[in-house]
Amino acid sequence: MKSGRMKRWLPLGIFALIVAVVAWGLWRPADRTVRSALVGRALPDFTLPAIAPGKPGLSSADFRQGKPRLLNVFASWCVPCIAEAPQLMTLKAAGIPIDAIAIKDTPGDIAAFLRRNGDPYARIGADAHSRVQLALGSSGVPETFVVDGTGVIRAQHVGDIRPEDVPELMQALAAAQ
Amino acid sequence: MTAETGLAALWLAAALAALQALLGALALRRAMPQATTAIRAVAVVQGALAALAMAALIAAFLDSDMSVALVATNSHSAKPWLYKFAGAWGNHEGSMLLWVTILGLAGAAVARFEHRLAERTLVATLAAQATIALGFYAFLLFASNPFARLNPAPPDGAGLNPLLQDPGLAFHPPTLYAGYVGLSVAFSFAVGALVTRDVGPAFARAMRPWVLGAWIFLTLGITAGSYWAYYELGWGGWWFWDPVENASLMPWLAATALLHSVTVLATRDGLRAWTVMLAVVAFSMSMIGTFLVRSGILTSVHAFAVDPRRGSFILVLLLLYIGGALALFGARVGTVRQGKLFEPFSREGSLVANNLLLTVILGIVLIGTFYPIVAGAFDVQLSVGPPFFDSTAGPIALLLVAVMAVGPLLRWRRDEAEAVIQRLFPAIAATLAAGVGVFLLAGPIGVLPLAGVALAAGLAVASVAPLARRNLRRAPLQLWGMVIAHLGIAVSLAGMAISTAYTQETLLAVGVGDPARVAGYTVRLEGVRPLVSDNWTAIEGRLSVTDGDGQSFVLRPQVRYFTTPVTTTNESAIATMWNGQLYTVLGALGDDGRWQLRLWWKPFVTLIWLGGALIALGGALSLLGHQWRLWRTKQRAEAFT
Repeated sequence: MKSGRMKRWLPLGIFALIVAVVAWGLWRPADRTVRSALVGRALPDFTLPAIAPGKPGLSSADFRQGKPRLLNVFASWCVPCIAEAPQLMTLKAAGIPIDAIAIKDTPGDIAAFLRRNGDPYARIGADAHSRVQLALGSSGVPETFVVDGTGVIRAQHVGDIRPEDVPELMQALAAAQ
Repeated sequence: MTAETGLAALWLAAALAALQALLGALALRRAMPQATTAIRAVAVVQGALAALAMAALIAAFLDSDMSVALVATNSHSAKPWLYKFAGAWGNHEGSMLLWVTILGLAGAAVARFEHRLAERTLVATLAAQATIALGFYAFLLFASNPFARLNPAPPDGAGLNPLLQDPGLAFHPPTLYAGYVGLSVAFSFAVGALVTRDVGPAFARAMRPWVLGAWIFLTLGITAGSYWAYYELGWGGWWFWDPVENASLMPWLAATALLHSVTVLATRDGLRAWTVMLAVVAFSMSMIGTFLVRSGILTSVHAFAVDPRRGSFILVLLLLYIGGALALFGARVGTVRQGKLFEPFSREGSLVANNLLLTVILGIVLIGTFYPIVAGAFDVQLSVGPPFFDSTAGPIALLLVAVMAVGPLLRWRRDEAEAVIQRLFPAIAATLAAGVGVFLLAGPIGVLPLAGVALAAGLAVASVAPLARRNLRRAPLQLWGMVIAHLGIAVSLAGMAISTAYTQETLLAVGVGDPARVAGYTVRLEGVRPLVSDNWTAIEGRLSVTDGDGQSFVLRPQVRYFTTPVTTTNESAIATMWNGQLYTVLGALGDDGRWQLRLWWKPFVTLIWLGGALIALGGALSLLGHQWRLWRTKQRAEAFT
């Protein structure tokens, strides 16, 4: 008799469990960002041609000069890249060297993008077929990597850099000194 | 004005839903005798107002009224009219409006057409239906207003997700929702019967056509959705165990179980409490599925895409409705009299086995769908995919198929094993013959596909066996319905097993003129040409295909570039033969001037959807049969008096 009474509340119990799990998932959403497996490891070797007039291309050797740098993966056709441009300019103004890899882009589009949104970059390498992007373990644009003076990736930021993300990047750069 | 009309209709519908619930409460307390008549009228008007709101939204989309925020963010004036029309529900707010519209219309249909249910139970049912509707009206009005205006209006809209720009969008969501939300009627019936303590065969007979109707739509919706994903996504798969698909599968599993248990209750007065439970569970699964899809808790790639406000709102509604119904069940199930008992080895016994197995599969899908959230709570990132579902649900589904073959050949109440084995002999022979035949002719394949082919053959034979030695003209339509639906499962299962086991795939880079071969077909890229349409441009490949007999034909897969929003889609080109489909997808152009080309040969894959259509047809015949008998009985009774 007792078990019969328990049994009739069982469905409600199961449902309560589901609600608890879901409520947890809803209010503490899991971070589903795709992280590169290369964080903590050396940049893969690459040499990319120049794409912007008067600006050199980019190779992995450029990151082994003793000072940490930012590596921004972007594209002229990418809308969040426009959104993060002011933050990159802020970082540049703070004296941080920033290099970039332009994904599937053309010189004309890049020139127009830099004219419109500012030019925070020291070097830009053209990655016409996303090969280097894939080798970096980057799954989209924009993404930003913190690379220390020995060419080791120390941190990765997925998505556009919001104003509130700037201090975090500065910290990561300081830690990479 | 259109948008304001829609909004006003929505508010009025919400107010009427509140009134409907109130009238129900009054009538049940016998406080107001007129309430019983009034509640039917209110339910009909409430449904009509919801439909008016939906019509207003569709009108705004057809007009490309960019001052309506939803139109501006999801439509574009250059879109073909069909996608403007269907685009009305190709977004969050619009699809929720469609959802409540169907909820309202289902309630109106019950109020208008249901005459068999006891009066008090009907009142309680309509009150329950109104209570559900009220919550979802509130969700629309406070958290997802589809009629919000933009000032100033943008010059043009942002466009519709190109993957949705397909005729499938016009049919798939409405059909699926009709099934999904149609199950609300079963839920409300169950709640109504628990309130008035009226669970019995008469209640089951009244509920059966509504369940059957919703189940037919759900079956069609899932089948159509599967085919749509198959040709539109360009991956060549027909089921991905994606959370959104699972969200539609779970109500279907529960509704299928309910369909069978309601028959036991209607004809043999057994499984009383269980049937009520399933009626509650089926629509609960619809609501949970809606929550999963609408809250973005599972489907989002990025965490910030989750809108916790909307998710929380629906979660509270789930808590109220599902929690409320289950609490009512717990409190009242004691008053549901024990139904008739039966021997385990009987038709009823096999239907219980069917219900148990369906419930186990439902449990597996539920666990697999929710597990990533549970793991996420412990900071473990994972997704549960085909390897889990195939290896857990697959064997149980095959066991279910075996039960399905045996069940209809059993007698009600009790049966003798020897007699049954005799009746089953042709089916057993077909199973063995198909299994051994496939193994010998086509070589070893996976255990599951082999068992699938063998059981499909056995089920096909067993499912038509109830017609044996019967006068086919006099066999009732319901019997034909069951036979065709079960045959549909066999056809579908054969398609799944054969296409899984024997699909051939090649991915290669071809220059113009290079031949590629798959499964005896020679495919040659003859050239590419650019195409322009209203809102996209495309590169179309011209593939000339030659089969083994030297017959040739042309396929034209496309890569489409949509401008609003900027997206690329691969439009597959498919040739359907009697024994399968040749599925071609054109990919990107490489550095060396060669094109990526993906070719699949999918033997008998079309059987999957043909089977789905047969299952739905069987349901429709069964529904017709029951209604026909009802009508005949009524005619005879009238002739008698």
